[in-house]
Amino acid sequence: MTERTVKKSIKELSPLDVYKLLPRITPPCGECGEKNCMAFAVKAVTREVALEKCVPLLTEKYKAEYVQLRDLLAPPVKEITVGIGDRSVKIGGKAVQYRHELTYHNPTPIAIDIADEMPDNQILERVKAVESFRYNYIGRILKLDMIAVRSSSNDPSRFGAVVQKVAEATALPLILCSFNPEVIEAGLRTVYNKRPLIYAAAENNWNKMAELAVKYNCPLVVHASEDLRMLKSLVKTLVEYGVEDLVLDPGTFVGEGLANTINNFTMIRRSACGGDKLLGFPILGAPIAVWKERTEPKELLMWKEACLASILLTRYTDILIMHSLEGWVLLPNIIWRFNIYTDPSKPVSVEAGLKIFGTPNVDSPVMITTNYALTFFTVESDIRSANIDCFLIVVDTGGLSVESSVAGRYLTAETITEALRKSGIEEKVKHRYLIIPGLAARLSGDIEQLSGWQVLVGPRDSSGIPTFLKDRWPPKKE
Amino acid sequence: MANNNRNQEDKGASIKLGPKILDLLRKIGEIELENVEINAEEIEIWIPTLSPTILQQVPPSPEIVREKPMGILEAEFKPPIQAHSGKILEVKLGATKLEGGSRGKTVTIGGERSPAFYLFEEAQPNPPIVSVDVFDTEVSLPKSIRMHVQEVLGDPSAWAKLAVDKFNADAVTVHLVSTDPLIKNASARDAARTIEQVLQAVDVPIIVGGCGDPKKDAEVFQKVSEVAAKERVMLSSLTPDMAEAGILGDVCKAAKDNGHVVLAFTALDLNRAKELNRRLYEFLPKESIVMDLTTAALGYGLEYSFSIHERARLAALAGDTELQHPTLSGTTNAWAAREAWMKMGAEWEPRELRGPIWETVTALVLLLAGVDVFMMMHPAAIRTVKDVVKNLSSLSYARHMDADWISIRT
Repeated sequence: MTERTVKKSIKELSPLDVYKLLPRITPPCGECGEKNCMAFAVKAVTREVALEKCVPLLTEKYKAEYVQLRDLLAPPVKEITVGIGDRSVKIGGKAVQYRHELTYHNPTPIAIDIADEMPDNQILERVKAVESFRYNYIGRILKLDMIAVRSSSNDPSRFGAVVQKVAEATALPLILCSFNPEVIEAGLRTVYNKRPLIYAAAENNWNKMAELAVKYNCPLVVHASEDLRMLKSLVKTLVEYGVEDLVLDPGTFVGEGLANTINNFTMIRRSACGGDKLLGFPILGAPIAVWKERTEPKELLMWKEACLASILLTRYTDILIMHSLEGWVLLPNIIWRFNIYTDPSKPVSVEAGLKIFGTPNVDSPVMITTNYALTFFTVESDIRSANIDCFLIVVDTGGLSVESSVAGRYLTAETITEALRKSGIEEKVKHRYLIIPGLAARLSGDIEQLSGWQVLVGPRDSSGIPTFLKDRWPPKKE
Repeated sequence: MANNNRNQEDKGASIKLGPKILDLLRKIGEIELENVEINAEEIEIWIPTLSPTILQQVPPSPEIVREKPMGILEAEFKPPIQAHSGKILEVKLGATKLEGGSRGKTVTIGGERSPAFYLFEEAQPNPPIVSVDVFDTEVSLPKSIRMHVQEVLGDPSAWAKLAVDKFNADAVTVHLVSTDPLIKNASARDAARTIEQVLQAVDVPIIVGGCGDPKKDAEVFQKVSEVAAKERVMLSSLTPDMAEAGILGDVCKAAKDNGHVVLAFTALDLNRAKELNRRLYEFLPKESIVMDLTTAALGYGLEYSFSIHERARLAALAGDTELQHPTLSGTTNAWAAREAWMKMGAEWEPRELRGPIWETVTALVLLLAGVDVFMMMHPAAIRTVKDVVKNLSSLSYARHMDADWISIRT
C-alpha cells in the first residue's frame, strides 16, 4: 500500500523518475529506436512510447525494475481491451482528468445497439450500416467501433442465436447486454473466444456474472444506479473474485436525472485521478437511454441522443452505447471525439509561407489563406483530395481564421502584399492573378491597388475550390 | 518494530523519498508527534499516509489462495470535494427603472465557486444565459437559420422582439455590422439610434456588437454608451488592438461614466486575456468585465476553445484574480463549419437538423467548460441549451432506478 499512497500522479512524474529505473546500458543499445535511455524516458513519461519497446528491460535481469516502472507509469484509469485482433478496442487508460493536462488516450468507442427482437433483415442492415459508416474529416477517416447486442426478449436461446448471427456478419467487438446471467451465457457460448464486454453485473446478479467473466475471460461492466458506494462495493467484490477488467456504469439518466449522471461521472473520474483504485476503471455512458421515452417523436429522440452523447464524451465517458444511426446525429459526436483526443499542446497556427501542391508550373493558380491550423488543414485537404497543382500562400494572421482575421485586420491588403513579396511567387509564375477566400472578398480592391496583382474572389468555403478552378481558371484576359 | 522500520526505509529508498521524509517516517513510527520538529506543510502531506497498516509489513509469504467472496464486500465512498480559494465575479447585465435604466428584467451571471455544474461541491449560483444574435443589416445566413428570421431581416427591433417573444432570449445582441467601414460605414449616430430603438422594443438586457474595426468600434461604443446611459448594456468587444491603438481608455471611460459592462476579447490566449484585463482594471470596476476567449466551431478548433475555457476557469478558482470573470461564447461561430450548412451526401441529411445540432453541440461543450453567456441564433439550439442548463442545475433526489435500456422496443 505504501507505494500506492505516495505514488506520484502521472503529471508530477519526471523523466528522471523513469530514467533511474531503465537499464542505462553504455554505449546505448538503441533497440527502442531512441538515442539513449533519457530520450526514451522523456517519451515514456508522456506515454508516447510503450515501456515494452525497451528490449533489455524485458529480460530476467531487469524484472524488478520493469515491474516498478509498470506500476509507476500505470494510468489511474485502467486500460481494458474488448474484442480480439485488429478490430479490438482499448478503453480507458486515462492519465488525467482534464484534457489540457496531458493528451487523452483511447478515443471513446461508439457501440451501436441491436436488439434480439429486431427482425433478421434489420439486424443485418444495422451491422452493415455500422461497418460501412465513415467520414473523411480533414484527411482522417472517422468510423464507428462496436456493436452492442441487447436482449429485449430476455430469452436465452433467442439471444444466443442473434449474437451468433451478428458475430458471423462482423468482426467488430461486441457488448452483450442483459442482467440475466443465463441470457449472457447463451451469448457467450457462441462468441466465447472473442472477448466481448459483458453488460452487466449488478447488486442482484454479481456472483453469476463474475463466474461468467472468469470462465470466458471477458471484461465486465459493473452497474449500480446512482449509487457510487454500491458501485465501489461491487468493484471491490469482483476484484476479490478475480475479475480485474471492469467498466463502471452508474447509470445514464436523461431529463432531470442528467445532473446526477454528470456529477456521478465527474466524481468517479476525479476520485480515480486522486488515487481511488476501486474507481480507476473506464466509465460507460448510454445515450441510448433517451429511447425509453417512446411517446416522443423519433426525430426529437435522435436530437436528444446527439446532445447527450456530446455531453458524455466531454465529461469522461470511455465507451458509449447509442441507438441512432443517422449521420446528422453521429457526425458532430465523432468529430468532437476526434478533437478532444488530439494533443492539447499542438499549436493553433501553422507556419506561414509558400506551400506547393502537386507539380505546379508557371501557369498554375496562386491562392491565399490564413495560418489558423484548422483553416489551413481544411484548405490543404480540399486541394489534395482534388489533386490540384497549385501554389498556396499562407499569411500569418496570428492563428486566426479568414473571417476573424479580416474583421480583426490581420488579413489586410498590406499583410497579403507583404506575404506575396516574401513568398518569392513572382519568380515562380508568369501570371499575376491571385485567388482570395470568398470571406475576404471585401479586400479585393485594396489588394489590387497595393500589390499590382489582379484578384479573383474564390469560394467562401474551400470545398468549392475544384469547381471554382474548373469555371474560372485559367482567367480570361480582360 | 525496528525491523519494520528497516523495511520501510528500503522501500522508501527504492521509490526515491527524500531523506527528510525518511526521518519523518521513522520518527512517527516510534514517538509522539508533538516531539517532532517539522514544518506544517510536511505534516499535512504525510500524516494521512501513515496508517498503521503501512508499518506492519506483510512478510513475503507463500501466495495466499484467495477465497471467492460470498457476499458484497462493502466499500466507502466520499464525494471527492476540493477546496477552491477563488470565486468568479458576479456581473449584472441591464438595469431596471429603479436603477436608472428601463429594463423589465436584469440578469446576473458568474459567481461560481466550483467548476461548471460540480453540484457535489457547490450549487450553480447563476444559470448560464442565452443572448440571441440580431443584425442591423441584411447578412448572409444559412438557410436553416434564415427560415426562422426571414420576416425580420434588416429590422433589428422586430428581430429583437422575435428573439425575446418566440426564442425566449435572456438577452439580445445587436450586431452593428452596418458600421463597418468596408461595408456601409454607417455613422456612430445611426448605430446609436438603432440601439435606442431596440431598447424600446424589448425589455431584456442588450449586448452591443461592433464591426471588428477597432477605431470605428471605439467611436460607436462611446456614442452608444451615452445614448444608452445607465441601461448597463455590454459592449462587445474591447480588444488588445484598441489598447495598441491607444483608444481603449476612451471607450472604458464612456462605459464607466454611463454604467455599462464590457466584453474583453482575446484570441485563444490566456496570457493576452490577463494582459487585457490588467489594462481594463486601470479604468473599470472588475464587476463590469466579461471575457470572450474565442469560440471556434465544432470541427474547426472547438477543442482549443474548450481547453482554454477549462484552464481559465480552473485557474480562476485556484485564485488567479485576473481570470475571475464570467465568460461569453460567440456560439453562432459554429455555423462557420461547413458541416453546419453545406449540402452533403444523403446519409448526412437533413441539413435543417445538422446545422442546429452543430450550434447546439458547440454550446454544450463550452457549457461544461464553464461559459456563462452564449450568443446564439437557431431557435432549436437555443431551446436545447436552456433545457440542458435547467437539467444540469439541480441534483434530483428522486433516485432514477430504471436505468434499463436493454429492454427498449424501438
